[in-house]
Amino acid sequence: MSDAGLLARQVHTTNRAFWRNPASAFFTFAFPLMFLVIFTSLLGSGTTEVAPGVEINTANYFVAAMAAFAVISATYTNLAISVTFIRDAGILKRTRGAPLPGGIYLSGRVIHAMLITLLLVMITTAFGVAFYEADVPTGALLGQFLVTVIVGAMAFSALGLATTALVPNAEAAPAVVNAIILPLLFLSGIFIPLGPDAPDWMKVVGDIFPVKHFAEATLGSFYGPPLPFEWSDILIIAAWGVAGLVAAIFFFSWEPRK
Amino acid sequence: MTVAIEVKGLHKSYGSVEAVAGIDLTVDVGEVFALLGPNGAGKTTTVEILEGYRERSAGEVSVLGFDPARRSREMRKRIGIVLQTTGVDPYLTVRETVALYAGYYPAPRNVDEVVELVGLREKSSARAIKLSGGQQRRLDVAVALAGDPELLFLDEPTTGFDPGARRNAWEIVRNLTSLGKTVFLTTHYMDEAQHLANRVAVIAKGEIVAEGPPSTLGGRHLAETLIRFRRPSGDLPPAIASLASVLGEDVELRVAHPTRTLHELTSWAIQRGSELEGLQVLRPTLEDVYLQLTGSEAGTE
Repeated sequence: MSDAGLLARQVHTTNRAFWRNPASAFFTFAFPLMFLVIFTSLLGSGTTEVAPGVEINTANYFVAAMAAFAVISATYTNLAISVTFIRDAGILKRTRGAPLPGGIYLSGRVIHAMLITLLLVMITTAFGVAFYEADVPTGALLGQFLVTVIVGAMAFSALGLATTALVPNAEAAPAVVNAIILPLLFLSGIFIPLGPDAPDWMKVVGDIFPVKHFAEATLGSFYGPPLPFEWSDILIIAAWGVAGLVAAIFFFSWEPRK
Repeated sequence: MTVAIEVKGLHKSYGSVEAVAGIDLTVDVGEVFALLGPNGAGKTTTVEILEGYRERSAGEVSVLGFDPARRSREMRKRIGIVLQTTGVDPYLTVRETVALYAGYYPAPRNVDEVVELVGLREKSSARAIKLSGGQQRRLDVAVALAGDPELLFLDEPTTGFDPGARRNAWEIVRNLTSLGKTVFLTTHYMDEAQHLANRVAVIAKGEIVAEGPPSTLGGRHLAETLIRFRRPSGDLPPAIASLASVLGEDVELRVAHPTRTLHELTSWAIQRGSELEGLQVLRPTLEDVYLQLTGSEAGTE
């Protein structure tokens, strides 16, 4: 079988196993929609200032924010936890003993995570259109939105693989991964809009890490002007992705850590 | 090529701990070779260096003509590996798992044939998560056989098996050798080495302390025979008494040529018209040799 054929088969196999774990598949899809309903119900009345003098409906804000959250949870959270699990179960080690290049195995998982991401973003958007009167991006805006989602999904996948190097064992994986991502989701305006009154330190932290840049790029490309869309956000996300990939190449472990 | 594996002066250190302290091995094509030793003796370190998982600290290693440290894909196409601890995707079925791995190799075996061979035909559509421990281990073996390898590594393949499952596993290994495959196995079970291997190397503290066919290992065929019986009333004949040592109620004789001694002993007993209670004639077992070679380490972690 050619390497491309092997890669396609890995994606297919990963997908088959993914849907057979109903709890995992359900939560991957349910969380963004559940949070969308909860946050919109609690905080969704009125408008939110997303840039000086630019306001949008808070419900619409959350549609884009939850699309960004969906990307992060289907790539970063999902890969960091599931790859730690298959590492500790000895599956990675066994695969390393077969004549399948390790890169093809991991690429299969990353591509699968990205396909799940696209599906999840479509569902979240459709949900937003149906219940919160969000506008679907079209034309050039759609192009920008897809670039944002795809660059974001690749970067957060690479960071997810790099994070496995920090996780001592599979039991600890959800705790470690959430300890990293949950504070960033709050500090980056995904769960609660930061607004102009947010403390300076929070803005600084948000500017350093990729989550806020991703949230802002998603929002800007989803609704278009007058909301700002900065290509510098995409560059910063991509830089984090490259850093994640380099870290993964150097520190990734194919065997359980003892 | 008649040599499958060649190892010269292999060393492996973890920090200041020398796990493998200079071993030499040669395994011929078609041979079943067992590396026998207690836990912590360096078996897994050695086999994982041969498989390409660990880098050696020093020495030369050749596996099917490849240096395993280079992790060549070509080498991995020709070997099968059963690791000591390993897993498969819990949500794939037995058949899907074997088919997945078979697809990685250029000339795999028939998937259903492999599933049948390890005795999982009835579990073919069961997901791995639903299998018992023994069945999962058999799936490990099936995955290792999927690519029809010429050389199979088995790292403690039957640890934790019940006796029936072990016999089945042994049968699978014997079938492989009848197909001309080479098998390198590690075990801490003497009987496993004795039943399966053409040649055994005993490893202790990272060194090979004995090597040879199971029947002659450690000079076992040259060792003295032990004759033991319950202490009779009255004195033993002088020729016997001079060789005997009395241990509690038992008399023991260690002799190089037991036929003559037994003849003298039994003639004496028949003449007296008495029975030699509890008469035993014992050859050293592989276990005796093993315990002697590996010292007090045997059976400990």
